Amino acid sequence: MDLDDQANVSRLAEEKGTGEMIVILGQPDSNSAGLFAETVTRGDPTWAGPLAGVPLGLPVYHILEPEIKAQMDPALYQEHVGLMELSADVDDIIKWVKFYREGGEV
Amino acid sequence: MELKGKQVVAIGEREGVNGPSLKLLAESAGASVVFSVTQCFV
Amino acid sequence: MPDPAILASHYILAHGPDFVRYGSKPTREIESSPELLDQLTAALRPWEEVLAYPPNQTFIGNLTPDDLAAIPRPWTEHPVAGASAQGRFGRMIPQAALYGLMKLSDEFDLIAIDAALAAEARSALEGVFPHRLDRIVATPAGELDALIAAGSGMPLYHHGRTAGFLKAVHEQDASLDAHVLFENLACKATAVLAVAGVLAGRGLDPAAVDWLLNTGEEAVGDRYQRGGGSLSKAVGEVVGCINATGYDIKAFCSAPVHGLITAAAMVAAGLHEYVVVLGGGSQAKMGMKFRAHLRNGVPVMEDCLAGMAFIVGPDDGTGMRLRLDLTGRHPIGAGSSAQAIYQALVIDPLDRAGLKMTDIGRYAVEMHNPEITEPGDSGDVPRTNYRTLAAMAVFRGEIARDQMEEFTTRHGMPGFAPTQGHIPAGVPYLGHAQAAMHRGELQNAMIVAKGSLFLGRMTQLVDGVSFVVEPGSKTTS
Repeated sequence: MDLDDQANVSRLAEEKGTGEMIVILGQPDSNSAGLFAETVTRGDPTWAGPLAGVPLGLPVYHILEPEIKAQMDPALYQEHVGLMELSADVDDIIKWVKFYREGGEV
Repeated sequence: MELKGKQVVAIGEREGVNGPSLKLLAESAGASVVFSVTQCFV
Repeated sequence: MPDPAILASHYILAHGPDFVRYGSKPTREIESSPELLDQLTAALRPWEEVLAYPPNQTFIGNLTPDDLAAIPRPWTEHPVAGASAQGRFGRMIPQAALYGLMKLSDEFDLIAIDAALAAEARSALEGVFPHRLDRIVATPAGELDALIAAGSGMPLYHHGRTAGFLKAVHEQDASLDAHVLFENLACKATAVLAVAGVLAGRGLDPAAVDWLLNTGEEAVGDRYQRGGGSLSKAVGEVVGCINATGYDIKAFCSAPVHGLITAAAMVAAGLHEYVVVLGGGSQAKMGMKFRAHLRNGVPVMEDCLAGMAFIVGPDDGTGMRLRLDLTGRHPIGAGSSAQAIYQALVIDPLDRAGLKMTDIGRYAVEMHNPEITEPGDSGDVPRTNYRTLAAMAVFRGEIARDQMEEFTTRHGMPGFAPTQGHIPAGVPYLGHAQAAMHRGELQNAMIVAKGSLFLGRMTQLVDGVSFVVEPGSKTTS
């Protein structure tokens, strides 16, 4: 994740607390979705940014997950996510985001 | 996980669903978006 | 009024192993963790490996994208036998030649190089580049040592040794900082080689060029007009385009496609006969994903500066007609969802012509080499783009869902371009498209480019443009 964005997430978590915070991702493949999920849960795996060694443990979901989709305006969802629902490997993306959310072991 | 009332950090990507789109969607679920960004790796 | 055509394309790769440390990311990270420099250096590839690397051979035209698709991954482990630095529509040069081009492009005596590098540079450019070789002169050893000792600027390395120095111009002006000048000069030098190459390949006298449109991403200017300057005339001056003027087009990655459309419009309007669209390499992006490459135990592959140039002129049957009536654009009000973007860039122009998506032979999208991006967890960018196009075709009822993979293979191709922003944005395919049309294998192609306007923090918008090319008028019959 971009270092400035890591700094922003880190600052927000400090200012607002992590209790009511949730991260929603929009990456089109499981590698990048997994990387972001890992960064906001265990910390920056690349050890380059402000979240290196900072396990925020934020709840993280991907926009493609059914329980997220169900809460959103259906027409808006179709317009903004419909194409990716069809083009992306949905199961693989969800698998990896869930893996980090649930603290799975590598 | 109920989104309503939650503070959402939206991390989008240009080739997937971008930040502004995620923000609109999260707001449609009753969440407030505290940070939204679009990543571009290339 | 003449029909505008892309008459020739030329692509260059300049190997710069000692330039990688000066990429934006390596510079910052080596500053905070100096031990990274040794790891980075150990993971760099020698010239022979870079030369034989299949995506590089594809970029300069010696392999087709279909040839590349047939080579198993990882491509780093499948070198091309008998690889040549001379491409069918491009060229690769070693680092000494790159320094030589920077030196001969240097109008302000910014760069000082030692005698050994000067000699190596001249010999590397002999028979490769015809202009100004007499300007590649060494700075006397004592003088160079004094410059380096004074420390106002940055040392230049060649195969690990200190072989030169770039002098700082103005200590208080961040826009003329040594690193900025290094980036701008590297961009200029690589564009110079590409423009000379495209003119020589086409046999067009540099003096016949009317207009130059640089589409590189470097910000040229001083502190009072950061990025307000231009490289177009600076490049034309070096290669002898004495009758041309020009300006730069700034649109992030989509600038080359904007530039080609602008050039075609100039030709169609009868304003100019020959317009050269050019773009040099992005030094700032060298080694951008080096940490990921190190972590994955693969070579640091962002080790070349790229450059490209295109001649746009009247259609004479030898090139590819650029259909100005089939251009796509992403208007401000279109919305920024993927669907809205592809609707604007791909579907709208096709609808205007009554064409289906499957009527386009090949689409060229963001042609990033996936071997560079995948270890950085950014996925296979062209594949993501082609999957999105295929999904669009499903939405339109042109193909069934189970035909998406077939659509991707038939209308797409693997990425083969270095990850330097504007370089991969659709245009690397133009040389291949022209060759395929010449062989009678391709009836048309759509070039699609996107630009991340939001990176500049002035808007959340993205940008995008596209155009369709087809065989020149005399080759269609």
